[in-house]
Amino acid sequence: MIAELGLAALWLAAALAALQLVAGFLGARNPDTEMAALVRPAAVVQGLLCAFAFVMLLWLFAVTDLSVKLVATNSHSAKPPIFKLSGAWGNHEGSMLLWITVMALAGGLIAAVERRLPEKTMQATLGAQAFVGLGFYAFLLFSSNPFERLPQPAVEGLGLNPLLQDIGLAFHPPTLYFGYVGLSVAFSFAVGALLTRQVTPEFARAMRPWVLGAWVFLTLGITAGSYWAYYELGWGGWWFWDPVENASLMPWLAATALLHSASVLAARDALRAWTIMLGVVAFSMSMVGTFLVRSGILTSVHAFAVDPERGSFILVLLAIYIGGALVLFATRASSIAEGERFAATSREGALVVNNVMLCAILGVVLMGTLYPLLTEAFDVRVSVGPPYFNPVSAIFVVPMLLVMMVGPLLRWRRDRLERVKAPVALVAAILLGTLAVLLIVSTTGLLPLLGLVLAAALAVASFLPLRGRNLRRLPLAVWGMVIAHFGLAVALFGMASESAFSQEKLAAVAAGDTAEVGPWSVVLDGVHPVAGPNWTALEGQLLASYDGGDPIELDPQARSFWAPVQQTTESALATRWNGQLYAVIGNEAGAGENGARWQLRLWWKPFVTFIWYGGLLVALGGVLALLGRLFDDLKRRRVKARLAERRADEAELAAAGGRG
Amino acid sequence: MRWWWWIPLALFALFLGVAAYQLTQPKDEFIPSTMIGEPLPEFDLRPAAADRPGLSDAYFRDGTPKLLNIWASWCVPCIAEAPQLERLRQSGAEIVGVAIRDRPQDVAGFLARYGNPYSRIGADDLSEVQLGIGSSGVPETFVIDGQGRIIYQHIGDVRAEHVPLLLEKLREAQD
Amino acid sequence: MSSLKPKHQRLVLVVIALLALVAAGVLAAWALRNQASYFYVPAQMVAEPPAPERAVRLGGMVQEGSLETLADGVTIAFVVGDGEATVPVRFAGIVPDLFVEGSGVVAEGRLGADGVFVADNLLAKHDENYVPRELQEMTEHQKREVVAETEETR
Repeated sequence: MIAELGLAALWLAAALAALQLVAGFLGARNPDTEMAALVRPAAVVQGLLCAFAFVMLLWLFAVTDLSVKLVATNSHSAKPPIFKLSGAWGNHEGSMLLWITVMALAGGLIAAVERRLPEKTMQATLGAQAFVGLGFYAFLLFSSNPFERLPQPAVEGLGLNPLLQDIGLAFHPPTLYFGYVGLSVAFSFAVGALLTRQVTPEFARAMRPWVLGAWVFLTLGITAGSYWAYYELGWGGWWFWDPVENASLMPWLAATALLHSASVLAARDALRAWTIMLGVVAFSMSMVGTFLVRSGILTSVHAFAVDPERGSFILVLLAIYIGGALVLFATRASSIAEGERFAATSREGALVVNNVMLCAILGVVLMGTLYPLLTEAFDVRVSVGPPYFNPVSAIFVVPMLLVMMVGPLLRWRRDRLERVKAPVALVAAILLGTLAVLLIVSTTGLLPLLGLVLAAALAVASFLPLRGRNLRRLPLAVWGMVIAHFGLAVALFGMASESAFSQEKLAAVAAGDTAEVGPWSVVLDGVHPVAGPNWTALEGQLLASYDGGDPIELDPQARSFWAPVQQTTESALATRWNGQLYAVIGNEAGAGENGARWQLRLWWKPFVTFIWYGGLLVALGGVLALLGRLFDDLKRRRVKARLAERRADEAELAAAGGRG
Repeated sequence: MRWWWWIPLALFALFLGVAAYQLTQPKDEFIPSTMIGEPLPEFDLRPAAADRPGLSDAYFRDGTPKLLNIWASWCVPCIAEAPQLERLRQSGAEIVGVAIRDRPQDVAGFLARYGNPYSRIGADDLSEVQLGIGSSGVPETFVIDGQGRIIYQHIGDVRAEHVPLLLEKLREAQD
Repeated sequence: MSSLKPKHQRLVLVVIALLALVAAGVLAAWALRNQASYFYVPAQMVAEPPAPERAVRLGGMVQEGSLETLADGVTIAFVVGDGEATVPVRFAGIVPDLFVEGSGVVAEGRLGADGVFVADNLLAKHDENYVPRELQEMTEHQKREVVAETEETR
């Protein structure tokens, strides 16, 4: 019964989306028709229905209703409760339902609260939102129905795979989904603005919180995903330029560019067509990412259930949405009036450079990710890896970071570099100073060197916009920018120092022997077999002491699973403020002088944790900026309401006076 | 309207074309045999286990269809499929085995542990027969008809749901 | 620059933007063309060796009888062949469990000046039913030759 209720709610929501689409586009022509009045309520109710359907699915998983196919294939009555619930979205069907639920709720929220834009544009925006939604409803209802029943209820579920019982896996994909959905809202706004030719600062202000929110979630998702790959894969690396990773990075790059160009549009009414274009690009990147991951068209180190049929469906949706939006863009772009002008040396100028560089990096990553696809059409197999991505993207990252140090100091419209001579000189001095010190004391590669130098300069430069301002009265959004830029410097420092100063030790060690790596000395205490629910493992007991200090116990494992057959290395980490010791145990290495030896791989990675601290700081900056914008909007709304009240009072008084 | 506003659309169309083309291409890591419908190549394998004779292609030309199971003692999915092979044997199928790159003592240990559904087991130390019949992995199971022709290939371990299908294929090969 | 008229300044920005984007495209295309030789089979590596210290991948079959563990317990040496040519490989690290003689392997690393390929990483999927993707390109004929060759080396 529960499953049928959920399915019914989903069908109703899809019907409402169809209504919202038709009414929205009629309303965009003439917002005074009766149909137009239906659009906002339709969006709100649709959001509630989807939420209801999703709650029903959670319920089914909570009670482990094995007559439902999805539950039977992905859950098990003996699973811990939290993983029962996360099982609801840990599969294709459930994750699509989560996606569409978040999207419908977002649409409902816009319909309920967004009143800044002209009603025509709002109708078109909600119509576009419904159009995007309908495709996903069709996908869900026709090809991946999460509520499908089994002809015979299963006796027990199949989903007791402990590999998937990982708290990181439970919350990582939804984080990215929230990001993707936020970008789909930005896309709807862009299409709405394009349809009604209302590309105004108001439009940018309405769209900005959604982009900011999406960007925060994407930042968190990428940060968490990178840490997960770092400790789970046991290779000591934190970024592999793998298609799945690129699929989350590309929307982030586009969203970052969109965020900054929307700021220009909101503040200065410039970069109109460009912002619209980025809105389309950002959403298409999230769709392309989903397509690449789900279709299995590119092989990846991250295993995913893939299905070419689903891939085709997503590709068709992609063609309709993005193709349609680009046709609309091509036919309307020249009729969008040219925006305000600005000098090259200005805040806008710096932001344009930032945007161009971000798009260039996006292009480089996109081409590198898709290149194997292209060559395979000609039967040539290539794999594109770090030797391509690192140097080629660095060519565009470096100028972007340099401009980023100065840009926030510049004034809008036009400025002179002489005015900001002092801070620029300071930043340049730090740049050259760090460079000189590093060249003397260490011999690292070019890229890590550049990274360290730029990180040092950017860390200082990011706080310069606070110079000479009253910190108490500074808008929250400026704090957000400062912290996000500083976070980028922190992350960059972590990345550069990881690749510059990491030390690695590979040794065959017998029990009682010591291996040294960097300041650490690690004693192998013993190796014991341990067994889990469906795996056996060799667990090494290591005693690691930093610089002669108290030893810390580490227990890395080499696990063998038998259903499905798989070998994993469970790394063990010792975290200090200045870095991490990363330990992996391997096979038996044959007997040595002191008896049986084991392969041990140790890394000392100075400041590697700063990569993820930096990512968290960037996300925190995004949250602050978002809160700042929301508070501003609320304040403005209150002031407007009070003005309207006073005017009404005055009118009443005047009317009363007129009678009297 | 200016032509350059269409550039993004053109680039996007290019991507769509390549992606759509790639989607239509088979993308399996399973490689289907090109030998289906062909007669078995000539081979003569020494026995892999002490209590079962070895295997040659001539043995298949006795009029009864058989299952040819490619397996190895070092292969973990082969453990998973052992009970299903036993079920197939009980349902009347004759199963002959080819042990790939294996040692006699390992084979004996495996059969003692997980049962022996095979009537004959040949030792294929160099994967000659395996490659010769177009198999690229372990385990794989082939249906061979009574004239020694390869009728059907099953890639991966045999699960419970595959048992009826394989029996059906054997019956078809009989007719 | 501030002496320029706004219209010109705008033009300057547009030109810079276009230049940067075109440069990105050209650079990516150029770098990717060089990547096309990123994957080698032994025959290619012997015929046209990659520049020393250039990171490439080498794919082939591990020759029977060639695998040995050196005295330090963590370095292994083996020979990768494709039926036409062979390349000696050395690898220090934790070997995938199912990496055995006669199996396919893709090694990531560099070709040293002494003709020994030094691998940083061995890619062998942990599944018996897996043939390295690039090796699927090998024809049945080539595969059989690999087998024949391993027979000779015995």
